[in-house]
Amino acid sequence: MFSGLLTKVANVLRGIGHKLVDQLWRFGGAVRFSGYVLLYSGESFRRLHLTIREIYFTGVMSLIIILVSAFFVGMVLALQGYNTLQKYGSSEAIGVLVALSLVRELGPVVTALLFAGRAGTAITAEIGLMKATEQLSAMEMMAVSPIARVVAPRFWAGVISMPLLAALFSMVGVLGGYLVAVPLIGVDNGAFWSQMQANVDFREDIVNGVIKSVVFGVACTMIALFEGFDAPPTAEGVSRATTRTVVNSSLAVLALDFIMTSFMINP
Amino acid sequence: MTDNIVEIDNLSFGYKGRQLHKGINMAFPRGKVVAIMGGSGSGKTTLLRLIGGQLKPTRGEVRVGGKVVHHQDRDGLHTLRRKMGMLFQFGALFTDLSVYENVAFPMREHTDLPETMIRDLVMMKLNAVGLRGAAQLMPTELSGGMARRVALARAVALDPSIIMYDEPFAGLDPISMGVVCNLIRSLNDALGATSIVVTHDVHETFSFVDYVYFVGNGVVVAEGTPDELRNSDLPFVHQFVHGEADGPVPFHYPAPDYAAEMLRGHNV
Amino acid sequence: MERTTIDLWVGIFAAAGMAAILGLAMKVGNLTSSSVGETYTVTAAFENIGGLKARAPVKSAGVVVGRVDGIRFDSKTFEAVVTLKLDKRYPFPTDTEANIYTAGLLGEQYVGLEIAGLEDSNLKEGDKIKRTQDAVVLEKMISQFLYSKAAETPTDASK
Repeated sequence: MFSGLLTKVANVLRGIGHKLVDQLWRFGGAVRFSGYVLLYSGESFRRLHLTIREIYFTGVMSLIIILVSAFFVGMVLALQGYNTLQKYGSSEAIGVLVALSLVRELGPVVTALLFAGRAGTAITAEIGLMKATEQLSAMEMMAVSPIARVVAPRFWAGVISMPLLAALFSMVGVLGGYLVAVPLIGVDNGAFWSQMQANVDFREDIVNGVIKSVVFGVACTMIALFEGFDAPPTAEGVSRATTRTVVNSSLAVLALDFIMTSFMINP
Repeated sequence: MTDNIVEIDNLSFGYKGRQLHKGINMAFPRGKVVAIMGGSGSGKTTLLRLIGGQLKPTRGEVRVGGKVVHHQDRDGLHTLRRKMGMLFQFGALFTDLSVYENVAFPMREHTDLPETMIRDLVMMKLNAVGLRGAAQLMPTELSGGMARRVALARAVALDPSIIMYDEPFAGLDPISMGVVCNLIRSLNDALGATSIVVTHDVHETFSFVDYVYFVGNGVVVAEGTPDELRNSDLPFVHQFVHGEADGPVPFHYPAPDYAAEMLRGHNV
Repeated sequence: MERTTIDLWVGIFAAAGMAAILGLAMKVGNLTSSSVGETYTVTAAFENIGGLKARAPVKSAGVVVGRVDGIRFDSKTFEAVVTLKLDKRYPFPTDTEANIYTAGLLGEQYVGLEIAGLEDSNLKEGDKIKRTQDAVVLEKMISQFLYSKAAETPTDASK
């Protein structure tokens, strides 16, 4: 009776330990993988057209979803913000509210989440399928490193695309906010822009936003690439890897956002 | 020394606690077409990967051109691999590149040839496999047999001295099979290369290869020319060549006694 | 897809992205106005700065002329020392008075500079503004108001 309970507890603990060790192995693998990607990055700049091609598939192809979402996020921000601000009689501050929310947080974060869903999953599925159909093996047998030829260009394309997408997101979001606040609600045009300019700092807000989006670009692309590269070469394996890309990227983006924000905001 | 371009010496390999090869010896003479045959899961494909240096043996060694494969560093391995061409089981064509670009891929990666010369070479290779007209198609638009032939053109793009074929007949109709057989033989003789064919299709293989190794239970169980093996009275070879369901290779996966297992259910 | 088409689209994308960053800097941010231009630093000591924070604007006649760079507590004088970064384009005389104001009733606090205009010499890098006026602390004001009301009430009742 007692010994039976003991073995059950031991089994549970063994299960936890096994999971933990597995996760650590995977994490170690991911770190090693990232190291290789950086090591073999020379190729993606020497043969720039490889990277440009991937910027097309990750950056340009994500434009539509990013821009449309940005427009709506900006408009909703303005509507909600106005609703609250006018209770305190400071509805001209709507411009500040929209701009700061977008530049500091929503621009980089929402772009990264959409990027993980749109471009990240595509990268994972593509690499996973290339692995499953032995394309990566074939490349290796042709004395071509798949990391240099396939992975590194996608990595740099993601890192370059993300800040550009985030900047476009913020810009279009501000435009959406403007359209709701000024022509629709009737906030004064001059107050909208001047308040915004007086309170949005180039160094503290805009540059920090760009830094965030670069970090998110590194995290999202690396996770997508690793999950694809690490996927078991079966249909089920690839589909699970794609799901993991979205889950892990989103968690990584939100956690990194908290960490970076806490360093960027000086008490 | 001998005129063997690839030699496998007392090779053992295993992973996840399962011993796949237990001391294999093989030799592949220059200019010959040699087949490695055996049942599914007998580690034939793994042998090719060991020759290509994608896996490391646990014991023994593989020598290619006199060099031990697993002692090579990255650059040495790449030099060796540039002398090898490999045809993967389902072709493994790059799905994002056209047929033309697939064949041009090794040339673009390893040579600085001008575009016009690459074009001539690609067309020559595609013509050799009879698919010059399909140059602008994408891999998804090809049938299985055509994809296999394109992959073959790509494998010989840099005129390798060793060509490896992983199950070149799997899933092909009889006509395509005949085409691929002829291509393997004719390309081998035209390039003066050595071919290693991993397969389990006895009749097609016996019609064109020079020498055959039978692998089973991690060792070479029989070897010889097709004629010798056809008349062999070794039980394993007899079973394999004539496709019998039961014999030295059992029908049942190792399992506990059937009766005992049925009874066990009632005791739970 | 043709490589030239891809190049074109990537070119458009990169240009638009760069333009967006630039647009954010110019139109949304304050890159054109102050902060990045050349500045000079002066300090001012206050007994109470209320809710003033670093990066709060410094205004004169309603125009932003600089920003609060830092705030520290001087343990000798028991005062708050506020460092102000002012735009080089706007010189101020040495007898300028620094006040802490609140934008609106509950808005953020900022430093207002008021010029007496009796002195000819201007503030230089590292100078200290001598005349200051503290922040109006709302709680203090309300309690003062309530006390004075409380003091009035009995006389009202006796009437």
